[in-house]
Amino acid sequence: MAVDADSSFFQWVVYILQHYWPLFLRGAEVTLIISLTGTIIGFAIGILIGVIRTIPMDQNTHPLKRILFKIINFLLLCYIEVFRGTPMIVQAMVIFYGVAMIWGIHLSTFAAGIFIVSINTGAYMAEIVRGGIISIDKGQFEAAHAIGMTHSQTMSNIVLPQAIRNILPALSNEFVINIKDTSVLNVIGVTELFFQSKSAAGNNYRYFEVFLITCLVYLIMTFTVTRILRYWEKRLDGPSVYTIHGSQTVPEAEIKIVGRE
Amino acid sequence: METIIEIRHLQKFFGKNEVLKDINFSVSRGEVVCIIGASGSGKSTLLRCLNLLELPTSGEILYHGQNILEQNISNAVYRAKMGMVFQQFNLFNNLSVLENCTVGQIKVLKRSAEESRKTAMEYLELVGMAQFINARPHQISGGQKQRVAIARALSMEPEALLFDEPTSALDPEMVGEVLKVMKNLARSGLTMLVVTHEMAFARDVAHRVVFMDGGVIVEDDTPDVIFDHPNNERTRVFLKRILDD
Repeated sequence: MAVDADSSFFQWVVYILQHYWPLFLRGAEVTLIISLTGTIIGFAIGILIGVIRTIPMDQNTHPLKRILFKIINFLLLCYIEVFRGTPMIVQAMVIFYGVAMIWGIHLSTFAAGIFIVSINTGAYMAEIVRGGIISIDKGQFEAAHAIGMTHSQTMSNIVLPQAIRNILPALSNEFVINIKDTSVLNVIGVTELFFQSKSAAGNNYRYFEVFLITCLVYLIMTFTVTRILRYWEKRLDGPSVYTIHGSQTVPEAEIKIVGRE
Repeated sequence: METIIEIRHLQKFFGKNEVLKDINFSVSRGEVVCIIGASGSGKSTLLRCLNLLELPTSGEILYHGQNILEQNISNAVYRAKMGMVFQQFNLFNNLSVLENCTVGQIKVLKRSAEESRKTAMEYLELVGMAQFINARPHQISGGQKQRVAIARALSMEPEALLFDEPTSALDPEMVGEVLKVMKNLARSGLTMLVVTHEMAFARDVAHRVVFMDGGVIVEDDTPDVIFDHPNNERTRVFLKRILDD
């Protein structure tokens, strides 16, 4: 189908979709890979920092250990404040060009993109995870300690599973934000969806049509991701139905009971 | 009778507030001791000190003659020997009823999954909760939760079981089922330390009743003496107030 300046809006949309769909697809792919990897790595950083920052210290802790803990805590706090307090688009410029200039390391734009999104997400997730951990009822810690669990056993078996369940909505939020915010990585030339859209639009001087399609592609990605994470949340909550094994009269019977929500 | 725990000159401050003042007492194997007293008398703090959930400010806790407040004995090992049942149940919310009773055995006692399950089932049956092994804590009632919490503590096969007001957070109609389980345990010869407001239970089941007031043990005697002719005026006033209600 041929189009010219007099073609209608729909003709242009159809034309662009026909000719540029591989571009959109590749852009969407890069966006998804960077944001997914960045969110997962960021989440891991967040859990690590959240766990470190909630290590209990009391008067029985060795003084040297307490000083070390304070130093680590301070460094982590600096990391969180710097990366939460500056725009990702600026971080992208500083890191991409800074690494090249200071250490002479020339990162690929793709690797730089993943790196930037990861540490940016990590700074946010660190505080979210810490909030998730300290919101868990003190009784859960006490009960675990009372049966002889150490702090790390308590964390990995009891507290973190509950904290992670509670912060899943925040994680899904962070993922959605990352899908959208990877668009700023076009400043360092990452070929994500926004970057690809820009070239498609520039080739034809059709900004509205192209970016409307881009809009839809972003929306489809974010919507799908929120649905998937919501489904995961529900699965973690377990069924609202549980089974009683056996009964007084028929021991092999299984009775389904609807649990209280 | 063999002494399991002996407390010497135990003192606990919360800030400048002296909650426990020079507490001395001991518990022998198979004994059921009820600790009674008004709110704020220090009875829960005493129990929590015994499990090291609160660290005493000074004094000694001797476990089979060994002071556990010295650094050479691991807190975790000692705690596994002292079961604890909480007022608020504190079942692990992310685990099923069965997993609540096996996680400690697997992680702390390093038992196999199979052995843990067998032990857990034995105690869940004892408290009448064997049919609910797959339920999650939010799916069962308060009385059921507390019975699971007792089974969880028993699954660790502790030397003594500490109960911190186990029925205070329960609806009245559920108190009975928990007390029944506890009575059976007491009769089976388990060493128990129970902080409670259930005077009938204390009179019925305890070998000894300890009355605390203002952070000190005022009276420590048999239930008959404490309830029928207490020696101390404060005990008399407290019991009169409680039993007249």
